[in-house]
Amino acid sequence: MGPENLDQIAAAEKLRAQGMRHHICVCTAAGCQSAGSGEVKNALAREVADLGLKHTCEVKGVGCMGLCSAGPLVSVECGEDRVLYQKVKPDDAEDIVGALDGGTEVSRLVCDTRAPFFSRQMKIVLENSGRIDPERIEDYIAVGGYGALMRAITEMTPAEVVQEVIDSGLRGRGGAGYPTGLKWSTVAKANGGQQKYVICNGDEGDPGAFMDRAVLESDPHRVLEGMAIAGYAVGANHGYVYVRAEYPLAVKNLRTAIRQAERLGVLGSDIAGTRFSFRVEVRLGAGAFVCGEETALIASVEGKRGAPRPRPPYPAQEGLWGRPTLINNVETFANIAPIIRRGGDWFSGIGTGKSKGTKVFALAGSAVNTGLIEVPMGITLREIIFEIAGGIPDGRRFKAVQTGGPSGGCIPEQYLDLPVDYESLVKVGSIMGSGGMIVIDESSCMVDVAKYFMEFCMSESCGKCVPCRVGTTELHGLLSRISSGTAGARELAMLEELCEVVRNTSLCGLGQSAPNPVLSTLRYFRDEYTAHAAEGRCPAGVCKTEKEVHA
Amino acid sequence: MIGLARPAPPSGDKRWKIVEATMRRNGYQGNSLIETLHSVQEAFGFLDDDALRFVALSLRLPLSQVYGAATFYHFFTMRPPGKHACVVCTGTACYIKGAPALLDALEKKYGIRPGETTEDGELSLLTARCVGSCSIAPVVVLDNEVAGKLGPKEIVSRVEGVMNHGS
Repeated sequence: MGPENLDQIAAAEKLRAQGMRHHICVCTAAGCQSAGSGEVKNALAREVADLGLKHTCEVKGVGCMGLCSAGPLVSVECGEDRVLYQKVKPDDAEDIVGALDGGTEVSRLVCDTRAPFFSRQMKIVLENSGRIDPERIEDYIAVGGYGALMRAITEMTPAEVVQEVIDSGLRGRGGAGYPTGLKWSTVAKANGGQQKYVICNGDEGDPGAFMDRAVLESDPHRVLEGMAIAGYAVGANHGYVYVRAEYPLAVKNLRTAIRQAERLGVLGSDIAGTRFSFRVEVRLGAGAFVCGEETALIASVEGKRGAPRPRPPYPAQEGLWGRPTLINNVETFANIAPIIRRGGDWFSGIGTGKSKGTKVFALAGSAVNTGLIEVPMGITLREIIFEIAGGIPDGRRFKAVQTGGPSGGCIPEQYLDLPVDYESLVKVGSIMGSGGMIVIDESSCMVDVAKYFMEFCMSESCGKCVPCRVGTTELHGLLSRISSGTAGARELAMLEELCEVVRNTSLCGLGQSAPNPVLSTLRYFRDEYTAHAAEGRCPAGVCKTEKEVHA
Repeated sequence: MIGLARPAPPSGDKRWKIVEATMRRNGYQGNSLIETLHSVQEAFGFLDDDALRFVALSLRLPLSQVYGAATFYHFFTMRPPGKHACVVCTGTACYIKGAPALLDALEKKYGIRPGETTEDGELSLLTARCVGSCSIAPVVVLDNEVAGKLGPKEIVSRVEGVMNHGS
């Protein structure tokens, strides 16, 4: 296997694709699958076979196309022309296939791809998502896949690869935004000669976040390629992908991808005739939010309970089995191949001063369009919510947008013109997080939302350190009393004080960030807290307060 | 290791072969504990004391470590599941779109709380942190079929349908 073999595979695959006049791409990622896309795909394939079009029309399953709220999505391509159909039912197959050769389209199903949801996005991580068949490595190679890995190991030194990533300005997409290039160079410099590891963190535990799942389901090879390039750059020959067991399709596609890549020789021993070897194993998570924290994740990969430990030493010095370990998130690895292919300078030309490139968000909650989007850093929240997401449905009013999950905060209307970058979001009391973005309208109560997240942190606390184990329980108790209208100003003051204690004294990120949803809602929606505490009333009518129960 | 025979499975059940295959593939290494527990749960539906003892002996781990891992991770369950499983997603998007009302309705109808199984062993009510299908919130996974955008009445009638129809 070498660069020229890749070219051959790509050429053969392109020739095969050109032999087909039409390509019917059905989204088979989790969102559309739960809306019934599997049956739609079968119906389309049957229809194509019945009409004897098998040799001119291909029906293939592809990854996520983004607009999950309009699923199942089907894209029909003929040369340069592309029609996107939404909310397709198996019964629509006859009309869709029937319209192929007439050059017409089934107007009742057409989804306008000129809408802001599509036109305002910018795709790097998701460039292949919804276009290629995630279960065929040839499809990935045909769009240039594994070319960056070949280039890195045959034309570049490890130091040059690290430099390219430094130049790109890429920062960790898991949430904290640590400069990726800096992390790589630390691991690269760590004790030469000994065993090192690369770990891909796919323990997407934030409720309301499904970016990593979509990437792993839709384009798993991109993540493997990024990991292999990282392995070459830092001097590691073994990688682990830690994925949630709750994502069966992602696990399946990833395992298929590893098998295919090993068979083809783009992973394994002596890749492309060089002395670089790299193997990847899948490790399943088992439902513990704390395992998203890197030291807890390492413990879990070692087969132990996922309890974090104090840092330093950082995993870059002492990680998996005490060896230097590079841990990056799925989306971070997914950015690597394009950076090597197109150069760090190209990447750093996108985004803002300190936040480069794009960010994938999982849009959910009270918005017209929900699904997966990728936008350039620096876009405003208003553009995302009111243009891409199409605003709030049913004539309700916008109240807040929640980013960063249980570690993040709620951002109110007055900051909607804020650019989306790491620093700006922290300034208003939230975080970029891994990319969950939940739109909240006036029908939700912010005290209830804060209580929801605290319940989550309380249940997910690993119990190792007291401030988090006891603190989150106490905070949840206080919030419950406030929401039921049985607490007063004294409890509110205690809530604030305890938030500071838990934030400042917890061992790991889980506890340190657990108070964020409370603090940010206290900051912007204090009137709701006082309405509960002083008047025993829930303005949104969500919480059942004592007063109402008695009435 | 020389002189140390592998322990025999707790019973002659053929499913233990799957579990043993998982351990063998991982070289009986202690770090494959979580993979092994996944394998047991996939084969039997839950983890019981016999299974934990067998895994501990096979991987040469202290029973405390095996029990610790089995109880630490939410994915593992030590109670046998009901014939049908209804998982209500309680992710953020589902929560603000009415997951609590769905849970309320199911709890009232079947008299069980999340994590419990009806006395006749027919239905288990479970919750999930987030199944990642936030676009069709609120989401319920009924016997591995994902259903979205349902109200409390609709979900109860769905569950009824599955229970009456199910074999």
